[in-house]
Amino acid sequence: MKFGKIIGRVVSTQKVESFEGLKLVLVQPLNEKLDPAGDAIVAVDTLQSDIGQIIYYETSKEASRIIEKEMNPCDAAVMGIVDDINLTSRK
Amino acid sequence: MRLGKVIGTVVSSTKAKGYESRKILVIQPVNPKGSFTGTSFLAIDAVQAGVDDLVLCIEEGNSARQVIRDADAFTVKTVVAAIVDEISS
Repeated sequence: MKFGKIIGRVVSTQKVESFEGLKLVLVQPLNEKLDPAGDAIVAVDTLQSDIGQIIYYETSKEASRIIEKEMNPCDAAVMGIVDDINLTSRK
Repeated sequence: MRLGKVIGTVVSSTKAKGYESRKILVIQPVNPKGSFTGTSFLAIDAVQAGVDDLVLCIEEGNSARQVIRDADAFTVKTVVAAIVDEISS
């Protein structure tokens, strides 16, 4: 599970049927200092996150389970919106 | 499993089902000598691990659910499964 920043929305009309009604967000993975760490991905968002917000996302099968439907193809999903991060001083 | 050091905690009130009332820890992977390696990640605490603890993390859903043992936690994949006292090599 990683930190990410919502940097955009993804709109698609021609897609697999099970994506119908799903909100897709563009996420820039971040490290704990909130610096970019890796390429942007697209995740399903069921928590109404907004652009610019810091979130955390999970990948693989568990991500798809946030869509509580029979058919839920998805491999990344927002699992929470970050209010605060408390880091130890030394790294 | 991966060796990691707990370097922080995450506060968030808006969460997916199964993540509520669970501590979310920031984990920095470390090599057996304890020096930092790779990129940090997040894990759900299952053993009351605290900041600066050396821990073992599992990043696999089936194991995560056995560790968390909560029917709602079906979206959890990354968990802290143990606090490491010592590594001898």
